[in-house]
Amino acid sequence: MAEILRPLDAALAVIEDSMSVVVPPDYGGVAMEATRALIRRGVKGLHLLTLPASSLQADLLIGAGALASIETSAVAIGELGTGPRFAAAATKGTLAIKDATCPALHAALQASEKGVPFMPLRGVIGSDLLKVRPDWKVVDNPFAENDPILLVPAIRPDVALFHAPFADRHGNVWVGRRRELFVMAHASAKTVVTVEEIREGNLLEDDTLAGSTLASFYVEAVAVAKNGTWPLRFGNLAAEDTAHLQEYMRLAQTEGGFRQYLDRYVHQRRAA
Amino acid sequence: MVNAVADVKPEELLIEIVHRLISGAKHVAVGANSPIPAAAAFLAQRLGNGRPYVSLQQSAKHNLFTDGGRELFDAAGQGRIDVFFLSGAQIDGQGNINLVAVGDYARPKARFPGSFGSAYLYFVVPRVILFRTEHSRRTLVPKVDFISAPGTSPPNVYRRGGPIALVTPLCHFAFDKQRSRFRLESVHPGHTVEEVLDNTGFDFDRPAAVAMTPEPAPATLRLLRETLAPELAALYPQFGARVFGIVPRAAE
Repeated sequence: MAEILRPLDAALAVIEDSMSVVVPPDYGGVAMEATRALIRRGVKGLHLLTLPASSLQADLLIGAGALASIETSAVAIGELGTGPRFAAAATKGTLAIKDATCPALHAALQASEKGVPFMPLRGVIGSDLLKVRPDWKVVDNPFAENDPILLVPAIRPDVALFHAPFADRHGNVWVGRRRELFVMAHASAKTVVTVEEIREGNLLEDDTLAGSTLASFYVEAVAVAKNGTWPLRFGNLAAEDTAHLQEYMRLAQTEGGFRQYLDRYVHQRRAA
Repeated sequence: MVNAVADVKPEELLIEIVHRLISGAKHVAVGANSPIPAAAAFLAQRLGNGRPYVSLQQSAKHNLFTDGGRELFDAAGQGRIDVFFLSGAQIDGQGNINLVAVGDYARPKARFPGSFGSAYLYFVVPRVILFRTEHSRRTLVPKVDFISAPGTSPPNVYRRGGPIALVTPLCHFAFDKQRSRFRLESVHPGHTVEEVLDNTGFDFDRPAAVAMTPEPAPATLRLLRETLAPELAALYPQFGARVFGIVPRAAE
């Protein structure tokens, strides 16, 4: 059996071209160092699922040509506006976009978590999302009269990828209050995590930590990546680097500017 | 009175409108980057002895959800959230909102981030307040190009809530669910009904005499400026600097 604890590139070997990958939003611990490493490696054809929205991570992968499709409720760079590469790909028609709404994505992963084929959800009926999502179905509530309700199919991603504060050497990962990371991991075939640090001992032996810890049997690989969410915020542990995101927004308005950004911040590793 | 009008900042007027609209709510949820709704909710909380509960996503102290991103939606689905705020790249006269694209969906002229939770929260939250900081014929349109979330639903579709108002820098529209139309409730001081008509792309109802948007009471303004402003400035530095003149401390 391969070691759970690995160097970053070895951990990311779990993510192969054309796989489906689920990632969290900015508040959930976005594995940005891992995302840059995937782009350096030249990953291709990924199907990205954002639970439920994404920002720089999705926009970088789109601009770098790493995605075949994206399923998302939104791609916005912090509060600065629509992801520029996302918008460019949408207007040029070069990316398959599956528009969604946040609770539908949560529900689809919860269905996978439970091993059931679909989940019902209120709302959505009358939204044009139904016109662009032929895989979502409206049925009659079998327990009531004249009560149409939406069903969304379960989604089982190949890999869940996120960043967490710490893990132990067994591969138990502490996620704190970011419990959507549990859902992502439970719903996916494999989970790859980057962490700020490795702690000695076993996190499951401490009841004050165990309830917020993802047990290692879900976890395929863990790698240490210091400041792994930069330039995005990391919960309440690290603030967003707004100046950097503003620079990204400026550069990524054009294809050439985006290439400059990649050269500067992705292909040349940033100073540690 | 004239002096008082000059003294009240536009943002403070909007805070007062929202403050009145959320009256009696038990739990107000505020999305990211929404300082005016947050200010109104904290104002209501101060005046209401700790109620409503106010959930802010971006702050540890004010994020009341500890069970992951789904908890807001699950709580809203049960009716535990009374007020939410939404916007739209386009909003039309039937209260439909578009957060997705302008033009043809497959090859849009402009693409926006996406629908977020709107297609769900617009149905299950009793009072949804629409906010649009640009009041123009470009944003307030006869018909949205893409319905992220519809303003009203047929009677057999489960729907606890929906839009109650649309607040802009010019005016306050109330939403009439039965007629599926907006009604001009009041025009802000310094603006006119003609200005609203000129800049609104959809038809709306209006009384013969349109009221002027009432200002916050002096005691409310004092509470806002003296007690709440520092806390708001900590959460929203740019807003705090612009509205309350609180200069952010140099980078720590």
